[in-house]
Amino acid sequence: MDNNISGEPNIKVVKNATCTFCGCVCDDMELTVDLDQKRITKAKNACVLGKAWFFEHSVDESRPLARIDGKEVSLDDAIEEAAQILVNARFPIIYGMSNSTSEAQRETVKMADLLSANIDSTSSVCHGPTGMGLQGVGEPTTTLGEVKNRADMIVYWGCNPSDCHPRLSTHFTVMPKGMYIPNGRKDRTVINVDVRATATSQLSDLFIQTKPGSDFELLWALRILTRGGRLNSTIEEQTGVTIAVIEDLANRLRSCNYGILFFGMGLSMTRGRHYNTSALHMLATDLNEHTHFVVKPARGHGNVTGADTVLSWQTGYPFGINFNRGYPRHEPGEFTTTDILTRGEADAACIIASDPIANFAKPAIDHLKKIPVISFDPKPTPTSEMARVAFTTSCYGINTPGTVYRMDDIPIPLRPAFESPFPSDQEILIPLIKRIRELKSVSSAAA
Amino acid sequence: MSTTLRIVNGKVYDPINNVDGAVQDVCIQGGKIVESVPGDAPKIDAHGMVVMPGGVDIHSHIAGPKVNLARKFQPEDHRYDPHPGTPFTRSGAGGIVPSTFATGYRFATLGYTTVMEAAVPPLSARHVLEELEDTAILDKGYYVLMGNNSFLHRMLEKGRMEEFREAVAWWLNASKAYTIKLVNPGADEQWKGDKNSNITDIDQKIHSFDITPRKVIKALIDAANDLGLPHPAHIHCNNLGHSGNYKTTLETMRTAEGRKAHITHIQFNSYGGEPGKNPISAAKEISDFINDNPNISADVGQVMFGESVSMTADAPLSWMLRHVKERKWINCDTECESGCGIIPFEYQQHIYTHALQWAIGLELFLMAKDPWRMVLSTDHPNGGSFMNYPKLIRLLMDRDFRKQEAAGLNQKAMAKTSLLDLDKEFSFSEIAIVTRAGPAKLLGLKDKGHLGVGADADVTIYDEQENREEMFKTARYVLKDGQLFIKNHEFCADPVGRILQVAPEYDKKIEDEIRPFFDNYYSVQFDNYPVFDTHVETEVVPTYPLQ
Repeated sequence: MDNNISGEPNIKVVKNATCTFCGCVCDDMELTVDLDQKRITKAKNACVLGKAWFFEHSVDESRPLARIDGKEVSLDDAIEEAAQILVNARFPIIYGMSNSTSEAQRETVKMADLLSANIDSTSSVCHGPTGMGLQGVGEPTTTLGEVKNRADMIVYWGCNPSDCHPRLSTHFTVMPKGMYIPNGRKDRTVINVDVRATATSQLSDLFIQTKPGSDFELLWALRILTRGGRLNSTIEEQTGVTIAVIEDLANRLRSCNYGILFFGMGLSMTRGRHYNTSALHMLATDLNEHTHFVVKPARGHGNVTGADTVLSWQTGYPFGINFNRGYPRHEPGEFTTTDILTRGEADAACIIASDPIANFAKPAIDHLKKIPVISFDPKPTPTSEMARVAFTTSCYGINTPGTVYRMDDIPIPLRPAFESPFPSDQEILIPLIKRIRELKSVSSAAA
Repeated sequence: MSTTLRIVNGKVYDPINNVDGAVQDVCIQGGKIVESVPGDAPKIDAHGMVVMPGGVDIHSHIAGPKVNLARKFQPEDHRYDPHPGTPFTRSGAGGIVPSTFATGYRFATLGYTTVMEAAVPPLSARHVLEELEDTAILDKGYYVLMGNNSFLHRMLEKGRMEEFREAVAWWLNASKAYTIKLVNPGADEQWKGDKNSNITDIDQKIHSFDITPRKVIKALIDAANDLGLPHPAHIHCNNLGHSGNYKTTLETMRTAEGRKAHITHIQFNSYGGEPGKNPISAAKEISDFINDNPNISADVGQVMFGESVSMTADAPLSWMLRHVKERKWINCDTECESGCGIIPFEYQQHIYTHALQWAIGLELFLMAKDPWRMVLSTDHPNGGSFMNYPKLIRLLMDRDFRKQEAAGLNQKAMAKTSLLDLDKEFSFSEIAIVTRAGPAKLLGLKDKGHLGVGADADVTIYDEQENREEMFKTARYVLKDGQLFIKNHEFCADPVGRILQVAPEYDKKIEDEIRPFFDNYYSVQFDNYPVFDTHVETEVVPTYPLQ
């Protein structure tokens, strides 16, 4: 235990800790922890987002561990209520998971299987269309270290890592020296394609501004040039980019030694969605006829990649999955959570480490408010505060050990800074699953 | 929950203990095969049935990053083959690349109880171990990719062989792997660093390094032997899939210089002919060499007609296949360690090359004088799904069936092989060798692949049927560590298998060499790279280092 009897500040330093704020999952944090205050006071190597993540995390011990309808209850009572809700539902849905360890995600999928429930991660409102692009046309990709070691051409398309993934450029891609990039930044060309200039444009050698909603056309034009075709002048009107600029871009892409296209929700969540991401994947595939070229979606939450990964290995599908026939089925649009809620179909929801009430479209929120909701969250959120059963959990990475998957699918271990009085997602899921199993065996025996 | 049990009246095939179809009891207690059990112990009456040790698969792609990408990008593969759960088992998706739990159950249904995952970069060690934990029933381990490791290349370049071996041992420990895997050694540098080129000769210089693939092959074969790993270096040769590659394969085997080495899915490396032109069979040249060189073992990598998925750390191979048919394609580079390519594929009877590949695989089986060193695999799912094993067994056991199948294939291809002249039919005992006893021996798993006293009580009981394909498709009873979990073809339990690793000793000083390399060229911290002991429970299989 962390009892301090000497009166000296009770400080510990955690080296090689992992920041789970964004998909970069930087694992070189050096955290100074005040164990008396249960606070992180220094976070060496963290970016501005990471610092906020670490410094603003405190444990409010006055917060109830479990509540039903806002009233404090014992953990056992809350597990009983949650189990009853889920077992008695005809169309239970499970959603979230991207701020949870892969160990907890594995339990979550097990629970969905047991309940014949619907299960979906935040991917469905984020890079779900990227997954669909992958399913349609494949994807040449890489781990981040290879970008550092080899990439002399980096394109950021429809993403703004300087604000959203601050260390992507400084730690992994643009700035560092690598095995075959001895001079770091000087040896690389950085190009930014977006509908508006951002902080990422400032870091780039070239910024190309497209008309909103014309990414597909621009990507397709680049494919045409890469495959030796010619452009029709209408492309300039469609994209707002001149043919000269497009030709120059196509030339640069195919004449590099090792190129990468990073992209964000500027492609996956704008007009065209999975057509955009498919076009980008196909462009990179085409470029491999000339040089080595890869793509990488700049994923958001710390372990959203883990959610895709775990769901894929346990069910065969990355998101939008339904078990109601006793086996997993996958259909984006049908089994994705916003769509289910908007159609008013689900009759109970279990939300793990996510806040749909703050993020979903209004018709989806309206339905969520009509059904019993179970929430797992370390912090009060609009979802946890309206939930019928709310569990306060420890925070992954800060309090909870385990594994998370970086945006490039690389598993990274967590080294917690201090203990939380609250249980982890997994520590609640295991007894919850046990209770669900008991209730289901009673009901199947009665039948 | 292990049982005390006596299996009676079954025909027992246990080649390690020279039991060839004798009707004798098999007694089980405490998860092991024992001499006898009390007379009132429960019995399984195996009258009319065949009793064998649980199957052991030496080379399948069942878990890890590339397998999971192949699952994720092929919803069409799973959609028409759902795997429903039962009160005892998890549900999942089937297809050529099933989900983890379904993979375990389906292997177990065929009577397999141990399966080795064939290729994972060490950077993804945690990933493969988590998936293996979620792979039902089976005991399993995995082979870690080292043939394109940049740090090891540098040690070789400097001729620092002692440090090379220490680093290999460090990597095996850090990744909790079972043995060393080589895939197209040297080619990743060509692929990633030289605009998608490939290695064509094992004596050519590797791009950016002053070494040759042969040097890498020799060094890793030596390291595996010196460290006394239970299974030697497991080699996917250079030039895989290319006409004329049998010469590369022979050179690779010669490089072992009498030391133990395993050549995997050797069918794909047994092609004659000129590069760029149609292949012909070189099964005889390969078989002759292996028959004469007892240090070499191989698994076949049989091609079976129908859907497959090519998934490999051999990225240039995948790119070549994409030019055969423009289907969706995945490439994944792993820093300092590996490449990877995935592409859906279909082997078709009327296509010359595919028919030839099928015939070459069967030739290799039938020409092998020592079946203990030429064991069964389809390089699942590359040559076809493991679900084809029963059909493959029938092809080996039933000459008429083989001829009947050959009649429906591309006849130009059939004319280029000697398959139809080979009349050999495998006996039950030989099937037991190539599907369990042989792989267990090659893997150095002393308690597996046989039914002698002290063996793990992994036992499979098949109904004896004239049609061997039907017979081997679904075992009537299967036990894992003494627990009966398939009873009358139905699952009645869901035992948890073990993860097997090696942990050769090494000098800690090597970490001082590796650490700065990580600081410079990896994207993860050196201290976070080795899999923590708390991450996953494993069982260490002993090594016997040379003194």
